[in-house]
Amino acid sequence: MRRGLSAVNLCALALGLAFLYLPILVVIALSFNESRLVSVWGGFSLRWYGAVWQNEALLAAVWVSLRVAAFSATIALVLGTLAGLVLARAAQFRGRTMLAGLVYVPLVMPEVVTGLALLLLFVALEWERGALTITLAHATLSLGFVAVLVQSRMLSFDRALEEAALDLGATPFGAFFQVTLPAIWPAILSGWLLAFTLSLDDLVIASFTSGPGATTLPMRLYGQVRLGVSPEINVISTLLIGLAALALLVASLAQKLVRARTEAGAPMRD
Amino acid sequence: MAGAPRTPFSRPGLVALLPFLWLVLFVLVPLAIVFKISLAESVLARPPYTPLFEWSGEGWPQLRASFANYTLLIEDDVYRRSLWGSLRIAALGTLAALAIGLPLAYAMSRAPRRMQGTLLLAVMLPFWTAFLIRIYAWMVLLRNEGLVNLALRALGITDVPLAMLGTEGAVVLGIAYAYLPFMVLPIYASLERQDPAVLEAAADLGAPPAAAFWSVTVPLARPGILAGCLLVFLPALGEVVIPDLLGGSGTLMLGRTIWTEFFQNRDWPMAGALTILLLVVLGGPLLWLQRQQARLLAQAER
Repeated sequence: MRRGLSAVNLCALALGLAFLYLPILVVIALSFNESRLVSVWGGFSLRWYGAVWQNEALLAAVWVSLRVAAFSATIALVLGTLAGLVLARAAQFRGRTMLAGLVYVPLVMPEVVTGLALLLLFVALEWERGALTITLAHATLSLGFVAVLVQSRMLSFDRALEEAALDLGATPFGAFFQVTLPAIWPAILSGWLLAFTLSLDDLVIASFTSGPGATTLPMRLYGQVRLGVSPEINVISTLLIGLAALALLVASLAQKLVRARTEAGAPMRD
Repeated sequence: MAGAPRTPFSRPGLVALLPFLWLVLFVLVPLAIVFKISLAESVLARPPYTPLFEWSGEGWPQLRASFANYTLLIEDDVYRRSLWGSLRIAALGTLAALAIGLPLAYAMSRAPRRMQGTLLLAVMLPFWTAFLIRIYAWMVLLRNEGLVNLALRALGITDVPLAMLGTEGAVVLGIAYAYLPFMVLPIYASLERQDPAVLEAAADLGAPPAAAFWSVTVPLARPGILAGCLLVFLPALGEVVIPDLLGGSGTLMLGRTIWTEFFQNRDWPMAGALTILLLVVLGGPLLWLQRQQARLLAQAER
């Protein structure tokens, strides 16, 4: 059968992609607008980019967000990997169903529920709220994503390789660190990246679990966006979009590299 | 597990303990506290709710649970309208996402093989840009001086700007936009597996392309369509940011009402009761989705 695209399909594709990209492209274009009135084109200018660089409250929020994202993604990486390994490997143990269920709960719960629940916990424990409590909340949210990624990677990992290492005299820990861990490393890394992105993007959970001292970038941005459209937000948006595109590019290049290397060594079945 | 090699992770014990304890402390206990506080009464204090147990110093502590918040859920108009608004707006947003996503997913599955990976990436890419920014972009487009109104005026369709921002329609559009990848990916996955021969058979038997699409392709893609709809509908039910930024003050949804009760009215017990309501509403479809997935897995194993 011909795999070319009919006119109707081409139309669907063009309209769908236009719907996805036009709003973003409009914001990017308007970020270079000289005029303060967002919809009136006043000529090309980088004026608002300079203004953003002067906005210290914003830069402070960026710093808080990056720190929270890095720490929470790292906690999620450790706990999520452990959970994923156990769920993939240990067939039956007491509490397996409960662990499997608990890992999924933060994935499917609305952010407003997770946020409120965690805030009430922190109040009950009388923990002071701030960057630390946001980090704990984000780690809880993301560890499920890491666990799911690691678990599915483990299921496609050929156990015979581990058995071979053991037969050749490796200790169980040696076999794990020298054979298994390198093979599931891509899943762990993409889990970390996903956790980092989720944390950077989260507004609702951070708003609930934050205290007076800690304002993340989405929280600061939300405060400004609620007041309406402004050239400065257009610039911040463009910078964030550019950053996300760059990160995706790096991630896909890294994935290609890893794939080329694993194909040379071929420890995966899929 | 007889005969399996003993690696560190074939015996759960200590390894499972750490994530397990973390999840109990940060998932299970907080949900129990939400339920507990939903049974309390709001007071002007720190923390702003009454204790569940009261102990006067002698004898047993007294349980002071009150279902007043739950009766209020039924009686108060605002909460009823929030629940109905959540269901209605999430359903309309899901339909809109389906209307855009189904043709898009179909066209993607018909595209030449070597293009499909790129198209998939193109659909996923906006999902990686900040959520707030994607909603903000619609504020830029839909406001009175926004580009859509400018275009409509330039074309002579209207003289006065149409009020689009701050309406329920804008929220529906925002939901369809924000969650479109969740709709497209499962539908594409189920379409891509279809054997083109069934469509050829339909054509040979005299079905015009449109009839073949509706009577062959769509029924075969049903699992993907259902999964996509739920993946849009469920997060949309608890949405806070989209109704707040694109909706008007009258656009009530459960998530937004929880937010208002908590941050503006400082009524923590009521926010707790609303949260329990949201979880109950989500519970049914979630269980159904899980059963569906288990059935698909069982089919795949056979």
